[in-house]
Amino acid sequence: MGRVEGKVAFITGAARGQGRSHAVRLAQEGADIIAIDACERFEENPYDPATEEDLAETVRQVEALDRRIVASKADVRDFDQVKRAVDEGVAQLGRLDIVCANAGIAGRFNRAEDIPEDEWVNMTDINLNGVWRSCKAAIPHIRAGGNGGSMILTSSDAGLFAFENISHYVSAKHGVVGLMKTLALELAPDMIRVNSVHPTVVDTPMVQNDAIYRLFRPDLENPTKDDFAEGAGAINALPIPWVEAVDISNAVLFLASDEARYITGVPLPVDAGAAVK
Amino acid sequence: MAGRVEGKVAFVTGAARGQGRSHALRLAEEGADIIAVDVCGPIPNLQYPHATPEDLEETVRQVEALDRRIVAREADVRDAAAMKAAVDEGVAELGHLDIVVGNAGICIVAPWDEVTEEIWDDTVDTNLKGVWNTVRLTAPHLIAAGGGSIILTSSAAGLKGLPFITPYVASKFGVTGLTKAFAHELAMHNIRVNSLHPTGVATDMGQMGAEYPRMLEANPRLAGMLTNSLPIEVTEPRDQSNAVLFLASDESRYVTAMAMTVDAGNTQY
Repeated sequence: MGRVEGKVAFITGAARGQGRSHAVRLAQEGADIIAIDACERFEENPYDPATEEDLAETVRQVEALDRRIVASKADVRDFDQVKRAVDEGVAQLGRLDIVCANAGIAGRFNRAEDIPEDEWVNMTDINLNGVWRSCKAAIPHIRAGGNGGSMILTSSDAGLFAFENISHYVSAKHGVVGLMKTLALELAPDMIRVNSVHPTVVDTPMVQNDAIYRLFRPDLENPTKDDFAEGAGAINALPIPWVEAVDISNAVLFLASDEARYITGVPLPVDAGAAVK
Repeated sequence: MAGRVEGKVAFVTGAARGQGRSHALRLAEEGADIIAVDVCGPIPNLQYPHATPEDLEETVRQVEALDRRIVAREADVRDAAAMKAAVDEGVAELGHLDIVVGNAGICIVAPWDEVTEEIWDDTVDTNLKGVWNTVRLTAPHLIAAGGGSIILTSSAAGLKGLPFITPYVASKFGVTGLTKAFAHELAMHNIRVNSLHPTGVATDMGQMGAEYPRMLEANPRLAGMLTNSLPIEVTEPRDQSNAVLFLASDESRYVTAMAMTVDAGNTQY
């Protein structure tokens, strides 16, 4: 019997990277999935966007595990799109127990005073407001089930401490922690738990690109993946350069399952010790 | 299907009953062999019955019923020589060490002006020095094994100044700090160190809660500090053990220096 057998999980940013990994890991342990992704290019992102083909691949991988999945293209900046996706998913799958508010962007790197206003607004609209919209759309369904539930909000090590040149990202991810703690209190009477995960660098398309390589290695003109590994590893206490998406998913699975039934309000770092360094 | 800690060996202190026994059993269910220690004897001023040799034998019986091996010793975590002998003998018999659960602890409830020097010393020595002994005597074996996971039992009172247990709060805040410091020093050996922060747990030690009403009557404004935000009064030992299992397993291979609350939201107020 799977560790989340019979539950339904709503996952944002599910086309690839951590979001797809969460969908597959939860499905391996018996959950059905409601998946959304914007599948859209954000001009300020220094990496290729997720595509509808990526989302279709997530569907294929979940279905290969004999679990059901309802996937749709929806942007967390638009509450109506998110709500429609969740409502439709719950109508088809019958219930909602788990939320993984994972969708986020990395944005372009600048000193705070040089960030264009539209990039600041878009960053916070996706990485913070989008998390709130995802929760807002999901909470009525979890509450209606009467079984309690578990919401996992993806923050970051940048939600626990600062990094230069990404103040918009740091601000949004710190905001997620405040949202998580407030929701933990507001939803406790309904036995709905709310926790956040705080990855260090994860080996996904969002970070494996030249712009991130240069953020971590400003000392080099054309840093390579190996140069990046050296720079990224320097922030970790454990002697590793980065973690894998499945490491975040294993933490999400634990928090989603009834094994964590009395854990709420926790910022869970999956960060190789970076946060205490 | 392989257990989540299959083939690993775990050292658990305070293993005769309560959370310690529960940790031993949960890890054994998922494939670990166990080295168990407990003082199995009286400590002055306890407001609940102490663990006994029979309790530790029962832990042995229950682990063996799961077809896992267990080496159990009566040892006081304050006694470094006895602890070292237990750890070294256990590792010699079971072959290696991968997981350490520093769980042994005591709690004596008393308002600040009724705490004696004896209560202070027994509490801090057991709960803090005992954990320090546990880590320093086991870490060499984890290093020899190429890495491992250490889980130290702190408390909600290791994050929040809960009333009427000042020595306990001091000792448990100490464990929170010790966890982070050890996490740094041991990271180079691929050893992870995390702390566990339970709210009330349904164990024999939990009986000390019966002492609270008298003190809250004298100081009722503090009553809310003991409230969980989830609508439950107490957790079960297994809830704590499930968190220990996660932190012990390779599922959390990059989680370190974390304060893991299993506290029904108690520390969120």
